[in-house]
Formats: sequence, structure tokens, C-alpha cells
Amino acid sequence: MTINEIQEEIIDEFSSFDEWMDKYSYLIEIGNDLEGFKDEWRLEQNLIEGCQSKVWVHAEMQDDKIIYSADSDAIITKGIIALLIRVLSNRTPDEILNSELSFVEEIGLKDHLSPTRSNGLVSMMKQMRLYAIAFKAKQA
Amino acid sequence: MDINIEQIRKDFPILNETVHGKPLIYFDNAATTHKPQVVIDAVSEVYKKYNSNIHRGVHHLSNVCTQAHENARIKVQKFINAEHSHEVIFTRGTTESINLIASSFGESFLKPGDEILVSQLEHHSNIVPWQLLEKRIGIKLRYIPINDAGELKLDTIDQLINSKIKLIAIAHISNALGTINPIKTIINKAHALNIPVMIDGAQAIQHVKVDVQELDCDFYVFSGHKLYGPTGIGVLYGKEEWLNKMEPYHGGGEMIKTVSFEGTTFNELPFKFEAGTPDFSGSVGLGAAIAYVEQIGIGKIAQYEHMLLEYATEKLSAIPNIRFFGTAKEKASVISFLIGDIHPFDLGTMLDKMGIAVRTGHHCAQPLMQYFNIPGTIRASFAIYNTKEEIDKLIEGITRVVQLFG
Repeated sequence: MTINEIQEEIIDEFSSFDEWMDKYSYLIEIGNDLEGFKDEWRLEQNLIEGCQSKVWVHAEMQDDKIIYSADSDAIITKGIIALLIRVLSNRTPDEILNSELSFVEEIGLKDHLSPTRSNGLVSMMKQMRLYAIAFKAKQA
Repeated sequence: MDINIEQIRKDFPILNETVHGKPLIYFDNAATTHKPQVVIDAVSEVYKKYNSNIHRGVHHLSNVCTQAHENARIKVQKFINAEHSHEVIFTRGTTESINLIASSFGESFLKPGDEILVSQLEHHSNIVPWQLLEKRIGIKLRYIPINDAGELKLDTIDQLINSKIKLIAIAHISNALGTINPIKTIINKAHALNIPVMIDGAQAIQHVKVDVQELDCDFYVFSGHKLYGPTGIGVLYGKEEWLNKMEPYHGGGEMIKTVSFEGTTFNELPFKFEAGTPDFSGSVGLGAAIAYVEQIGIGKIAQYEHMLLEYATEKLSAIPNIRFFGTAKEKASVISFLIGDIHPFDLGTMLDKMGIAVRTGHHCAQPLMQYFNIPGTIRASFAIYNTKEEIDKLIEGITRVVQLFG
């Protein structure tokens, strides 16, 4: 599936939630289920300190694709991270750099990813792009 | 309690707003309070009827505007019972007031090796300006430690106070915990050794009666926006003798007597510290806010808020795994807590969806959070327009979230 197809899939999933409570229950569920962030990656250099919650991001190349792993101390933040990873991880740097994350707005989470929010997610998205730029430069 | 809460709520138009389709319940009053219609009207009247630059015009509007600005100063003077109106300096807020003192007091009186004493529960705005002086002048910042209840360890003060300490700068009430500090005791101890004291009243001015002469503090600072007034206006009260001896802070118009390229002489108090065009719409708004508070009565406000604090503390105590931070005997209407392992951001986000505004995070008091070894708390802080019914909604909301995370 392409990045846009996965975004469509997520928008579709979220459209079945009538109530905000269902939406956040789901975010909490996928936040709780997000695994794979190794303790050895929990380093100062991977930490994005928001005013409200902490986010750790790790990225590595496997073949020509970037594998992102991330974690947060807040579950809702972690749920949103899980969605971002689902969309952007296991993609080539070009795919990531050419993508536009329209799903965030569509499923009503734009608030969490606006620059005025201090939950670390905005910096995390920037960091994910920076990794893509760096890996692309390395490939060249 | 003869407070007409329904009438008071009608005075605040923002309380009619809805958030995510729910009626707004606002418990972030320690961050900023809402504004009654009389304050909004007072500010808007300035611009509609007499806006003009002050202290310099011969024309009618300038005189009217100057009068309004100076009347506001007198309102502040009477509100805090300062001896002179020129001891009231208008600033942009508490933060600027503290920076002004740090800069001007520092430049005039401090030398390398001198010490400033604060406390462990200060807001960053009463820590960082002094740390800047550590770098600039080479002074040393020390602090009075707290106990687990969030009270100052008063018995340490006698050991901490010595001849190197040139100023004690301390919060009247803790923004993160609500602790009311025994400032009168501290002032007396300090004055016995001729050490001046600055009180950060940002969290106190809206909750308790402040009488600067009775306290005998040397400086008292606060913001208008936490006292139902406009943002961008604040107050620095300073004893005349100190203010006269201190160097000016900002240079510019208004604060000078004569300027030539050979040298400049400065204006007298309070203008010496008010460079540039003052925020006269802010001062007029603050004056209206003070009039509003006085009309209800600060004593009655304190009594009502204390009732809310006790009610909320009792109700919250029934929630399993709740931990309170700040259990001092003397407390203002601020409650800081955590529930089980739920991250403050998660709880705050969910409450927001229910229309309930609380504060989450470290409350700009990271040294205090380090003491408790927590990243932050959830803070509910009450004002005159809050009700028991709103507190019930908060409890319901928290219960829903706890179930979801359980």
C-alpha cells in the first residue's frame, strides 16, 4: 500500500467513531499496543522534550527503507505516534519526503499536531523528515 | 455566605462559551483569570472615547487619558495600601517586575560574592532573572528548602540568612501547590539583619488581602491578568527609599528629565521606571478590575474560594490512587494532583474534550517537580466564578477517564 492508501485506511477507520470518546479510546488502545522501542534507544539524543510529554524517536535503514520506532510517556501521544509510524515507517526517504500527512486533519487530530501544542509531536514529525533527508543524503 | 454566584457568573461573558460542544468549566485560574464585562468595557472605552498619549499633551484627550491612567495608579496604591502612589510602578506583569528589580537592584547594590535567597517552590520567573545575575555579576543564588507537604522549612532560614544575602525574593503563594508562605515571619527575620525582601504576589493578589505597609515588604509584584484585569499590565510596588536609590531599567521617553549628548537626568518616581508610552488602556482595565474585586470584597472572595478548595479536596480524596502535591496547612485555592500512573497530559487532554480546562505539566516550577521526582501534575485552580457543581463535573470527568485507562 502507498502512504496515501494507508492514510485513506486510517480515515476510514476513524469515520466509524461517532463519539470523541471512542476515538480517544482507540488512540489509548493503539498507544498501549505500540511496542518495539528498545531500551538502548532511550537516549538523550533521541529525546524530544515537549512541555507536556516526552517523545523518543529512533530511525534506522533496512535495505532502502527507513524503520521508525518511537515512544512517549503519555498514552494519547503514543497513540498518535503509532498512527504516524503506521503511515511513514518502512518507506523510502523519497516516499517520506514527498508525502503530505492529510489524515491528521481528516480524523480531527490537527489540534495535537499544531505548533502551539507542546506535546513533542510537532518536533517528532520534523525529526522524522530530518531522518529522511539525512538517509537520502547518505544514499547519494 | 452572601455571595451572589449567579450574578457574578453573569459578569463574565466568556462563561457562556462552549468548548467541544460542552459548557466551559474553567479551572486554570492560576494561569490567568477571565475578565468581567466592566473590565472589558473600561478598556474599550479608552479606545472609543479618550485614547491619546499621556503625560505630554496639552490637548483635552491627552489630559483625560493621563487622568485615567494616574487614577488607576491611585486605585492600585489604595488596594495594596502603599504609602505613596509613586511607589506603584506599572510594568507588563510579574515577570517584568522581577526582571526590573533584578536588573536595577542588581546594578545598584550587588557585587560578586553577594547572595540572593529564594525558595524551592518558586516559579521560573523568580529563579531565572537571578540566575542571569549570577552570570552577569557573579552573585550566588540560594534557596530555602521545602518539606513533603510543600511548606518552607522555616527552621533552615536562620542558618541560610547571613551577611552575604542582599535580597530575599519569595513567592507569597506557590503557583504549583497553593502553599501560602509565612512571608511576614520571613520579612521580620530578614529586616532584623537589614536584608530587603521582595514578595512575588502573582498568585496572592487575587486571593488574599495584601497590605504592603503592614507586611513591611520592600517590594511586592503582581500581574493584572490574574486579578481579572487585562493581560500586559502588572505592578511593581517598591518602597520609595529603594526605588530612589535604584538605577533605571529601560531608557527612553517619559523616564527622563533632560537629555543632552553630554548626559541625561532622570525623571522622578514613578516615571523613572516607566520608559516609553505606558499601557494606559491596561492600567485603566486593571483599575476597573480592582474596583470589581473591591465591590465583592477580597475577604468574601477568599472565604468562597476556600469553601471550593475544601469541597474539591474532599471530593477528590475519594478517587482511588490519587496523590496530592501540596498539603500545606495554609493553602490558597490551588490543587495539584496525580492519579495512579495516568500521565497528566492524557488526563488533561480527556478533560478538555469534556469542556473542562485544567493545567497540566510542570507549572514553570521544574525545581519543585524535581523535589517530588515527578514530571508534572494536574492542577485545578479556582476563582470567584467557579461553583461546586463544576467541581462535581470535574470529579465525574476524572472518573470517566480513570475507567478508560483502568
